[in-house]
Amino acid sequence: MELMLALGIGVLIGSGVWLLLRTRTFQVIIGLSLIAYGVNLFIFSMGRLKTNAAPILESGAVDPSRYADPVPQALVLTAIVIGFATTALFLVVLLASRGLTGSDHVDGTESK
Amino acid sequence: MTGAADHLLIAPIVLPLVAGAALMLFDERRHTLKAMINAISTLMLLVLAVNLLTMADSGAADGGAMTGVYLLGNWPAPFGIVLVLDRLSALMLVLAALLAMAALVFALARWHRGGPHFHTLFQFLLMGVNGAVLTGDLFNLFVFFEVMLAASYGLALHGSGPARVKAGLHYIAINLAASSLFLLGVALIYGITGTLNMADLAARIPQVAEDDRMLLHAGAALLGIAFLVKAGMWPLCFWLPTTYTAAAAPVAAVFAILSKVGIYILLRLSLLLFGATAGASSGFGASWLFVGGLLTLAFGAIGMLSSQSMGRLAGFSIITSSGTLMAAIGLSNAGVTSGALFYMVSSTLTVSAFFLLIELIERAQDPSMDELAAFTAPDEDADQDSEEEVGVVIPGTLAVLGICFAGCGLLLAGLPPLSGFIGKFALLTAMLSPIGEEPDSIVPSSTWIFFALLILSGLAAMIAMVRAGIRTFWAPAEGPAVPRVRLIEIMPVAFLLVLCIGMSIQGGPLMRYMDATAQSLHAPSAYIENVLEAPRVTRDNGETAP
Repeated sequence: MELMLALGIGVLIGSGVWLLLRTRTFQVIIGLSLIAYGVNLFIFSMGRLKTNAAPILESGAVDPSRYADPVPQALVLTAIVIGFATTALFLVVLLASRGLTGSDHVDGTESK
Repeated sequence: MTGAADHLLIAPIVLPLVAGAALMLFDERRHTLKAMINAISTLMLLVLAVNLLTMADSGAADGGAMTGVYLLGNWPAPFGIVLVLDRLSALMLVLAALLAMAALVFALARWHRGGPHFHTLFQFLLMGVNGAVLTGDLFNLFVFFEVMLAASYGLALHGSGPARVKAGLHYIAINLAASSLFLLGVALIYGITGTLNMADLAARIPQVAEDDRMLLHAGAALLGIAFLVKAGMWPLCFWLPTTYTAAAAPVAAVFAILSKVGIYILLRLSLLLFGATAGASSGFGASWLFVGGLLTLAFGAIGMLSSQSMGRLAGFSIITSSGTLMAAIGLSNAGVTSGALFYMVSSTLTVSAFFLLIELIERAQDPSMDELAAFTAPDEDADQDSEEEVGVVIPGTLAVLGICFAGCGLLLAGLPPLSGFIGKFALLTAMLSPIGEEPDSIVPSSTWIFFALLILSGLAAMIAMVRAGIRTFWAPAEGPAVPRVRLIEIMPVAFLLVLCIGMSIQGGPLMRYMDATAQSLHAPSAYIENVLEAPRVTRDNGETAP
């Protein structure tokens, strides 16, 4: 499972960085989204990977090793919300740029 | 710990949040009402910030550094989120409120009608800045950072136009990428230490296992890059002059605080987490900050010399001041930190005043150069003209602008008698006579390089300012030479410059405050203890509340 997750994060972030460095605004925003997905998975993995473990403790004496860490799950939820909002905001700016300059190049003009 | 006074600590976050949310309920056409709400809220913020500053400073009189701690939801410190007020955060609050006040008054002249939701975004920006300097939790810091950045994206585009949208596009893309690095860093640090509370982190870092220390450092470095992008370290700063130049004048003026928020967090985290008590991690990143700061300083000075427009000149002066501060943080010496804090306040006020002044000066130039200032919404124009006749136009416009410009020049270059000089002088003196070492100890050559660069950057600022001044004020008049400047537009500039003059007159008490701030930053044990042992609020019957 660790290998799968590591590969997944690597592929997501790798393709995200590649797209981020492209010249079209649409590629940039997709790149940023992919990076955000990779980062979210990474945060999740920082709580250690566990299967069939609940993140909420029961009352009474409990063995913490049988539970998943709830903090990264809370963090990743916040990160998803914020990432979604900022991506939407960026999309608006991207459309404004397309409308004002008539080009979807990141610099607003086609490179000669 | 009872009564409303305790909740004063969270007020700088709640007040702009409520004001900003309330502003959204009103229609865009009700300019006056929205401006009133914004002005009242900003003024109250300023009063609050000054109150908190005296609170943070007075605690020290009865022994040790006082750190105000506010437990959100009354959860004890490492588990819940805390807000922490010490001298440094109080200083940042006051600085942010002062800049906001000046920028807002300037914007009321005409800029606030240049696009929708100016007042709302303005309040949310303040909320983000205040939250970022008050929070004592890394992930909470991320949230406030994003609030601040989201508001700044909107403000950077205020007034619209192709130049702003183009610059804004780059600005947003870079900051989104930096936010990803921020998250990676926070997640790594959490994965290693199991905590996000800054004070708890500082207590746990010395005990991190040797194998994990590399990962911890990698996390801290990733986190640092996110703030260095914001603070504008070379080579992460190329977006800065373009964005700040393209932004509307009052927006650029209030943006001057954003790069200082980056500096604030670098200062806070490097001294708290990697200070003298951090065991094997002590001093991590300090040499990187120092070298990066020197490079940034040199880049900023060269940039200032090569700037053709005053807007870019101001942008590069932000980079120069960031470079100076980063190198000063890198030296990790209490005396230098204290000088750097003074320099930070002075340079932020100056650059902010300069951004406001530039718009007024450039109004005198060829109207076609004023393209950026033109509003895109045509229906605003009729309203605009009739109102502009009413505003008080100041006499002797060019003389007043010239005096303000000369003041900015002196402050940026760090020449006496203004506060820019005192800040640099305090920095240079502290570098040559480090506190706590033998008086005859040799000053390392790296410090001499910093010393020389600092003085040369002052010279570069002087040359660039004199050249820009000659070109603007002594050029033969063509066309509409004398700009129409209203009293309400020149007042904020004068206000900021008078503050700088006040800083040099009140230099003694201010330096005492900065010294105390630096001392408590370099001895973070009191901070850690105060946060981790902050008492929970109890009900009257003695039980702890939920």
